[in-house]
Amino acid sequence: MNEASPIIRIDNVTKRFGQSVVAVSEVGLEIREGEFFALLGPSGCGKTTLLRMLAGFEIPTEGEIYIDGQPMTGVQPNRRPVNMVFQSYAVFPHMTVFDNVAYGMKVTGVAGPEMRERVEEALELVQLAGFGDRKPDQLSGGQRQRVALARALVKRPKVLLLDEPLSALDAKLREAMQMELVRLQHTVGITFVVVTHDQSEALSMADRIAVMDRGAVKQVAPPADLYEFPNSRFVADFIGRMNLFEGKVVNANPDRLTLAVDGIGTIEVPGPPGTAMDSVGVAVRPEKTRISGLHPGNGQIAIEGVVEAIAYQGNESHIVLDLGDGARIAATLQNSSRTTTPVAAIGDRLWASWAAADTLILSD
Amino acid sequence: METWRRNPLVFWIFLVPPTIWLAAFFLVPLGLIWVFSFGEKRGLVDIEITWSLANYVRALEPLYLQIIAKSLWMAGLTTAICLVVAFPVVFAISFAPPRWKPILLLLVILPFWTNLLIRTYALIAVLRTRGYINFTLEWFWDGGNQILTAVGLGDLQLLGASFQPLQLLYNNTAVVFGLVYVHLPFMVLPLYASMERLDKSMIEASLDLGASQARTFFSVVAPLAKPGIVSGLIITFIPAMGSFLTPNLLGGTDSQMIANVIERQFKSANDWPFGAALSFLLMYATFGALAMRSLLARGSPGTEHGA
Repeated sequence: MNEASPIIRIDNVTKRFGQSVVAVSEVGLEIREGEFFALLGPSGCGKTTLLRMLAGFEIPTEGEIYIDGQPMTGVQPNRRPVNMVFQSYAVFPHMTVFDNVAYGMKVTGVAGPEMRERVEEALELVQLAGFGDRKPDQLSGGQRQRVALARALVKRPKVLLLDEPLSALDAKLREAMQMELVRLQHTVGITFVVVTHDQSEALSMADRIAVMDRGAVKQVAPPADLYEFPNSRFVADFIGRMNLFEGKVVNANPDRLTLAVDGIGTIEVPGPPGTAMDSVGVAVRPEKTRISGLHPGNGQIAIEGVVEAIAYQGNESHIVLDLGDGARIAATLQNSSRTTTPVAAIGDRLWASWAAADTLILSD
Repeated sequence: METWRRNPLVFWIFLVPPTIWLAAFFLVPLGLIWVFSFGEKRGLVDIEITWSLANYVRALEPLYLQIIAKSLWMAGLTTAICLVVAFPVVFAISFAPPRWKPILLLLVILPFWTNLLIRTYALIAVLRTRGYINFTLEWFWDGGNQILTAVGLGDLQLLGASFQPLQLLYNNTAVVFGLVYVHLPFMVLPLYASMERLDKSMIEASLDLGASQARTFFSVVAPLAKPGIVSGLIITFIPAMGSFLTPNLLGGTDSQMIANVIERQFKSANDWPFGAALSFLLMYATFGALAMRSLLARGSPGTEHGA
């Protein structure tokens, strides 16, 4: 990973629409050169507005955006060293594939053999060689998206912006396209900034992810860190599945925390030194939760409950235990051999347990 | 719908009255006029149908061809000006906040709620020698003179000895001005419809790829709005070509358009056969324009989605 100066620096940017609507609130981010960066969040979290500010279609109300060290205030979209792949692809329907890809060069005066060569090269890059004469309405959705990619990449931008690039594709194609985008990014070495609401998309493609909620960036981290060490209830809940309980710190030792957790009781976990906050979220991932008929023994946090639901999903099964008082815990079991399948039936009393070290303590 | 299909009686009850209405009050009279165009005037009200083409031959005399050419020119100029004026208006409405759009569209069609005659007389009040434009100019002239007097240059009469009002009425310019004013909504509405259908990210994509605003307009917006542009051109041109009130009231003696000639044949000249021939020539021209429209619209994007 390149540790040089960031290609994009978002410096305390706020975007308000009208007087009351705050779409993006005091966001500070640095995106490194050559990085595959994802802006992830639920709809309305401001991720698309942030991307559109990078492209120049929205103007920050406060703050400054630097691209390649240059402040972008007052720089029109057609003068920015970035290109965008739109959610609707926005492939020009009245032009052939070739003309679509050539458009960005024609308007800036690149012509002749150089232009043709670059168009062919870009079409080859997105595996559309030989499609130059087609009209967009003769292409599938996936192919149209490749045209949009080629059209943007042929400009050799410093940064490629992608707005929900996979949302319009069906599930199978989406998975293939994820791999394709990663391959493409490695080939061209251009910084990619992708906006998505789909956490699995972000996890599988991005080098780093910024999770956004209500206009603010909640956490910026590589996918594994984000998944295993979320810093807030929002991130923990938004990324993957999570058993989330509310609790209180009753005793904070230098390396151990004693917690009173609603629905579970008192547990002791290895805690970050010196943490002594009052209310905390206590969380554990379902796939780190085990189900057993007998108490699993010491060293594990264990709780007894009644099986409420079992969802068989082929590769894995989800089991939900009712812990009483409205509290529930879910566990994911890998069906790793043909005979592992039903370990439980609805109504069984079973133990849910996990290693104390897998417990997440969330202050935010 | 299903029950309608199963019960043809309902279908016929709804279909027959409008059909009779159309036949009795539109097709039959139109047919009569068509037959008249092959007739000859005999006396004050008598028309004898001789199936001669004399009326059409007369309509092609240089005098009338000139008037037709002039009408084509004035209607064409009107249509072109409407297109140039309508595009910024359409852009403004199309990019306005959603709650403003209905109000702005209403403002465009509001003049339709007023009678054409009244609107035209109102225009006369603006344009005439003692109208608002000339009043405004005179006010500036007075002001300019007072300033000149104040700085001691009043005696030089730099702005002329007295105010000369502009002759804005009773000429071809006034007619085109009036035609543009009347027909602008016909251009705005179809253009607006096709701009609304246009995916705005097309415009953003063009800018994003480095194109200027002007380049984006000519390379992306105009081609994609082509169905609307063609519709607008046609439905502006046709009524402009056939207008007679505007040239009658705003035009001078040489501003006659073909519809004025037709009107005169039916009224003061009392030559129905010749008027009928001229009318049908105008209608054939209209059909020609419509045929051109469908030719132009063919093969352009968006038409298959109903343009």
